[in-house]
Amino acid sequence: MAYPYADPRETRLLSKHFGEKDAIGIDGWIERGGYRALKKALGSMSPDEVTGVVKESGLRGRGGAGFPAGLKWSFMPKDDRPRYLVCNADESEPGTFKDREIMRWTPHQLLEGCIIAGYAIQAEHCYVYIRGEFVDIVRILNGAVGEAYERGYLGRDILGSGFDLELTVHLGAGAYIAGEETGLLNSLEGRRAEPRIKPPFPAQRGAFNMPTTVNNVETLASVAHIVMNGADWYRQWGTEKSPGTKLFSCCGHLQRPGNYEVSLDFNLRDLVYELCGGPPEGRALLAVIPGGSSVPIMKADEIDCDVSYEGIEAAGSMLGSGGLIAMDESTCMVRAVRKMVEFYAHESCGQCTNCREGTAWLAKILQRIERGAGREEDIPLLLDISANMAGRTICPLSDSAAVPVVSSIQKFEHEYLAHIRDGTCTAVR
Amino acid sequence: MSDALHPAVAGAQPSQRAEKNPEAPLFEGDYRDRFERVLSRYPNKQAALLPVLNMAQEIRGWLSPQTIARVAELLELTPAYVRSVASFYTMFSTRPVGKHVIQVCTGIGCDLCGAQAVVDKLLEATGTRIGEVSKDGKYTVVEVECLGACGFPTVVQVNDRVFENVKAEDVEGLLAELD
Repeated sequence: MAYPYADPRETRLLSKHFGEKDAIGIDGWIERGGYRALKKALGSMSPDEVTGVVKESGLRGRGGAGFPAGLKWSFMPKDDRPRYLVCNADESEPGTFKDREIMRWTPHQLLEGCIIAGYAIQAEHCYVYIRGEFVDIVRILNGAVGEAYERGYLGRDILGSGFDLELTVHLGAGAYIAGEETGLLNSLEGRRAEPRIKPPFPAQRGAFNMPTTVNNVETLASVAHIVMNGADWYRQWGTEKSPGTKLFSCCGHLQRPGNYEVSLDFNLRDLVYELCGGPPEGRALLAVIPGGSSVPIMKADEIDCDVSYEGIEAAGSMLGSGGLIAMDESTCMVRAVRKMVEFYAHESCGQCTNCREGTAWLAKILQRIERGAGREEDIPLLLDISANMAGRTICPLSDSAAVPVVSSIQKFEHEYLAHIRDGTCTAVR
Repeated sequence: MSDALHPAVAGAQPSQRAEKNPEAPLFEGDYRDRFERVLSRYPNKQAALLPVLNMAQEIRGWLSPQTIARVAELLELTPAYVRSVASFYTMFSTRPVGKHVIQVCTGIGCDLCGAQAVVDKLLEATGTRIGEVSKDGKYTVVEVECLGACGFPTVVQVNDRVFENVKAEDVEGLLAELD
């Protein structure tokens, strides 16, 4: 149940010690080279130099948006207001379970990244906002935080450098939208996790109205490696626009589901067929969603591309969070899309009309198509509603809900028509 | 408990312990201490709302109007505000629940791999419908959105325990393990 499969074709930077129980505690982590990057950063680099090397490395935000991490840090104003670092550990994009595994096996890898990033932006407090559902992971993380304080990696005058950083673990309480960075900030402040209108961006006014940087777990976990080994070293993997490695959480109809870490120029088809073993014996692959349920669905014959941000985009989808969902021919596409849309309908915070109403209507129409009570006009209706949901709301949840609807109609319209015209399903049982 | 609890993690203790008492005093003894440690980590009292609600639910099992009013008083907020926040989050129960809250992930990853059969089997075995408390007060079965462990379907969370790779035929054994 732990970390099931490994493959020699992976590039295991972040996941090198997954599955090793001894790597979880601080002594085991230090034996494996942990906290050396922190010593290097605090001992021999200025905050700007740390930001500089992360900028040069080209590391892009691993939460889904892919925004360059070093650039984000450089937006932090240098005035005398308190500054915050917030680690987004609210992993809840359907299909994604990589941050959970980072924290489960290597909590100190994350903490070291938080402390280095906190130093780079000169934060006084780091909040790790973690999903409340991750009960077992929270216990591991809490233990690691206690150890880091005990050894003087957190608190006052860290390693005699004069740099102070407090870190607090903050539990979410069940809300997908708290993973959106401004929804997260509201939640952290004891409010409903309703996203905020941007601008102002968090760097100007974030947590408690103060300059704030929000970074994903995987992004922060990458930081120590980059600081330790340099930008050029990190750029030996991936592509010019997508340097480094990335964890892919692979689930659905696969022989070997789990997390795989690959160089960002790895082939998507090889990831699905070679590393994950393809669909179960005797079944053909129908479709792949490469980056969490918010990105367009790809047909099985469209996945011969590299997994870089630009590679997947050229093939018609998005890298997103790296949550890969594979569907074989036993899948009813209408049901799968209905399940995804119901998720967004449930998780819509309700602030924006297009999203609140749009998600509910999409779900209702998909339900009736699935049970054979749909009409042919429902297909243009679904597309019309989707068009009115994209780009018209405070946050991207509304866009995300429309994505599987639009892409599935583009690529699998015959499945909808089978339900509507014949009351049948094309899924192979 | 509280001696070892660093303030950094005082507000992040997984809740939903098995023994709950709706009449228990709120934030006395060890919990008072934990409450103070939580408050020390934020620039204002409102920010402690989620962790404090979490603790209140851990003690009392669910967030009754009385519990909400008490939390509001302690954090200098209005009960209406606290209720508006509590009702936003799925992990906060504003109704009584069974001793074992069984959350079945029916997100896309688990759904593709047979989550519905697990839900059906759980409802049958506990004799409940979704969200109900079983007659003996022991079980509440709910469907939840993606629990973030999609590679290990179906994921079932019972209070603060997580079960992975649950199949319909594992349900009887799982229930037996809870007692």
